Amino acid sequence: MNDWIDIGDLNDVPRRGARCIKTPLGKIAVFRTAEDQVFAIDDQCPHKGGPLSQGIVHGAQVTCPLHNWVFSLETGVAQGADDGAVRTYPLRLHNSRILIDADSFAAATAA
Amino acid sequence: MTEKLVVIGAGMASGRMLEHLFEAEPGRFAVTLFGAEPRGNYNRIMLSPVLGGEKRYEDIVTHDADWYAAHGVHCRFGQTVTKIDRQAKTVFAGGVETPYDRLVIATGSAPFILPIPGKDLPGVRAFRDLDDVEAMVAVAQKPDAKAVVIGGGLLGLEAAAALRGRGMDVVVLHLSGHLMERQLDAAAGYLLRRELERRGIKIHCKAQTKAILGNGRVEAVALDDGTVYPADLVVMAAGIRPETRLATDAGIEINRGIVVDDSMQTSDPDILALGECVEHNKAVYGLVAPLYDMAKVAAKTLTGTEATFKPVQTATQLKVTGVSLYSAGDFAEADDREEIVLRDAASGVYKRVVIKDNRVLGAVLYGDTADGSWFFDLLKRGTDITQMRETLIYGQSFSVGAPADPIAAVAALPAEAEICGCNGVCKGTITGAITGKGLTSLDDVRAHTKASASCGSCTGLVEKLLMATLGDSYNPAAIQPMCPCTELGHDEVRRLIVAKELKSIPAAMQELGWKTSCGCAKCRPALNFYMVATWPGEAEDDSQSRFINERVHANIQKDGTYSVVPRMFGGLTTANELRAIADVADKYEVKTVKVTGGQRIDLLGIKKEDLPAVWADLNKAGMMSGAAYAKGLRTVKTCVGSDWCRFGTQDSTGFGVRIEKFMWGSWTPAKLKLAVSGCPRNCAEATCKDIGVVCIDSGYEIHFGGAAGLDIKGTEVLCHAKTEDEAMEIIAALTQLYREQGRYLERIYKWAKRVGADSIKANVVADLAKRRLLFERFVYSQTFAQVDPWEERVNGKDAHEFAAMADFQMMMAAE
Repeated sequence: MNDWIDIGDLNDVPRRGARCIKTPLGKIAVFRTAEDQVFAIDDQCPHKGGPLSQGIVHGAQVTCPLHNWVFSLETGVAQGADDGAVRTYPLRLHNSRILIDADSFAAATAA
Repeated sequence: MTEKLVVIGAGMASGRMLEHLFEAEPGRFAVTLFGAEPRGNYNRIMLSPVLGGEKRYEDIVTHDADWYAAHGVHCRFGQTVTKIDRQAKTVFAGGVETPYDRLVIATGSAPFILPIPGKDLPGVRAFRDLDDVEAMVAVAQKPDAKAVVIGGGLLGLEAAAALRGRGMDVVVLHLSGHLMERQLDAAAGYLLRRELERRGIKIHCKAQTKAILGNGRVEAVALDDGTVYPADLVVMAAGIRPETRLATDAGIEINRGIVVDDSMQTSDPDILALGECVEHNKAVYGLVAPLYDMAKVAAKTLTGTEATFKPVQTATQLKVTGVSLYSAGDFAEADDREEIVLRDAASGVYKRVVIKDNRVLGAVLYGDTADGSWFFDLLKRGTDITQMRETLIYGQSFSVGAPADPIAAVAALPAEAEICGCNGVCKGTITGAITGKGLTSLDDVRAHTKASASCGSCTGLVEKLLMATLGDSYNPAAIQPMCPCTELGHDEVRRLIVAKELKSIPAAMQELGWKTSCGCAKCRPALNFYMVATWPGEAEDDSQSRFINERVHANIQKDGTYSVVPRMFGGLTTANELRAIADVADKYEVKTVKVTGGQRIDLLGIKKEDLPAVWADLNKAGMMSGAAYAKGLRTVKTCVGSDWCRFGTQDSTGFGVRIEKFMWGSWTPAKLKLAVSGCPRNCAEATCKDIGVVCIDSGYEIHFGGAAGLDIKGTEVLCHAKTEDEAMEIIAALTQLYREQGRYLERIYKWAKRVGADSIKANVVADLAKRRLLFERFVYSQTFAQVDPWEERVNGKDAHEFAAMADFQMMMAAE
């Protein structure tokens, strides 16, 4: 059975925007789409390390602010001609609280 | 022996359950039916038409006194059950005990009342039952009565439309950015808003209600942003919650609702629950279709027949006369999903179907909902739509048994089908002209028939008609589309934003037939600029459609830190400013301090979370954002001019400062850098700037269209001005023309090359009236633009941008 950790409220994240949560191993970017879906991925573009949380969110994708790589928020895979992927973390919405899967979170933070 | 069945709640679910029960085993149960309202079961869904005066209460009663009598139902309407004693198997109401063998809880839901001051004032109503409706109607009958509806969801909008229909002034306050956000995407929300506004209902989105005001009775509603709407009636339609209090007190398992299993049984085997008060498999329900399914299952469970509640997908329709709106299934975006969007701007139609693995997952229809049930059917059946993918969006009549080809679908339109709504041109006229007059291009068709010559939104259809009529010999002229979300180029989009008065990004996407629901990182910033530049003070600046630098007002660097450049008008600074900059550099451990090419000081390597504090310190020393990140006015570089220089002909420093003070804050298609040199020696390098001024004895030589980046290009002389004032007006008019004609990200030299220097000179130099109008439009736009974005953020705007949502570094480290 999965444990879920509360990381904040849906309304803390702007629509078509993102917020970060800090972990000992770096930031995780939490995205909210125009339609209130939430996704979490590592806040680091595999290309040159750009902070993906700062990109423009369109549909369920984000465009990296440094060199315009586009990633799927759902799978973390780079779109189009670019090759690469970022790690994704399962999220759940309970009422308006955003919960992150504790196992994947722990795996990401265990130094 | 008859069993004693007690039912708490006389709503739609329990009414339907009793019907099934009496049908299956008449006489098996002696039923006692409690209802908190002083009346029996009626069709609650139809309260909207009753409120609107289109129906009467009598029309919506589902079970009357005769029916209860015929089935021996002992009615206890108007009596609220206050307690369930599960040990003794009795319920209490009005001090009277009623025993049961089996109990059904159908208490429905309770309106969610915002916990704000004034919520209990007379005149504040929910929209839940007939009493609410009667109270609202009573207020509506007063002359000039005003209503404020809190909540722009299904219920709130039905109430608003009905009250408006009764002649009230109605304002809808909605927390989210667009109406009915749970059922609609932004595009359909925009169309709905437009229709409701057309009816005279005021819609206020992103509204945070602060308080309801009034002395003894409702008088007004106040919002966080300071807006106050007068009100004689406030309707709370901000959502519903399962009514679970009775069950909670009785110790029955509760989560969000009363927890039931597949057979509608609660944690107590003698007690069932159904309707809006229950939670099944972690889901609660508010639409009637699943409630009726629950009623069927509950009736079977009571009679000992095995039955399982299986939630099915539900579709939503808004019951506002004259508004056609349909949404079903899941229409959120995801990678493995595709969407097909059809927009017909002329007739206000929007259709979006979401597909996954060749199966329909969801649909939103606005304006033309005729195919709603067909899409819903495809969705429920999981039909493979591969064969009809190309024509799916055109609906059943095109997709089933019809040729699976969009050109063929257009070819199959009848000759009288209207193609161009603006000019009323039908298909036959166009195809007739193509064959009769030997037309071969879009421009030919525009010239001969006027089709697609106005708003251009039917261009795609006209092109398909050309293809269908001419076959392969038709070769469309290539307009470079803005991005893959549209077939329109930048110029067309701009032209249409003006012509059709489109004042928001969703409006533009809808009216111009965008192929995606949310745009992309290319078109959204462009559209946002066109909005801000075209409709100053009217269009809202959408920060989520801006590139990060313009969203946080600093320049992102390769390591994700930011650089900060305070404004120094004309490149002038003071000892105090320099001291403040030095203090900031120390305090925030700035790694690099650099003088820029535009005569400014750049502080590099500042952490994002430190930005507001850095700005606060710089603000304190009187400095504001230097906009070194903006597609807008950056810098006006100067030399020391006649103040100090022995060659200086005019006060180039003073004029540079004046230009910068006048023009800072303005958004332009791309960055805009200026310079003023005090003499032709040109120490400020004005002749490679976007706009440059070279001072001479007789006045000011105004230059434009220089480049010193990827391209190197000297400026062209625009004209000569005798006075500073004249020069100022020309520079502002030139900038405004560029703002109105430039494509997003097109620097001024590229714009000049595209439109031709002659056309620019004609507008800005030769035609004084035009110059004046351009100047005035620039001045007007500046009244909204000159706000220091740093100061706004120091004062708390967009605080979410600068802080992490949560910090687990310490927690994890401690574990």
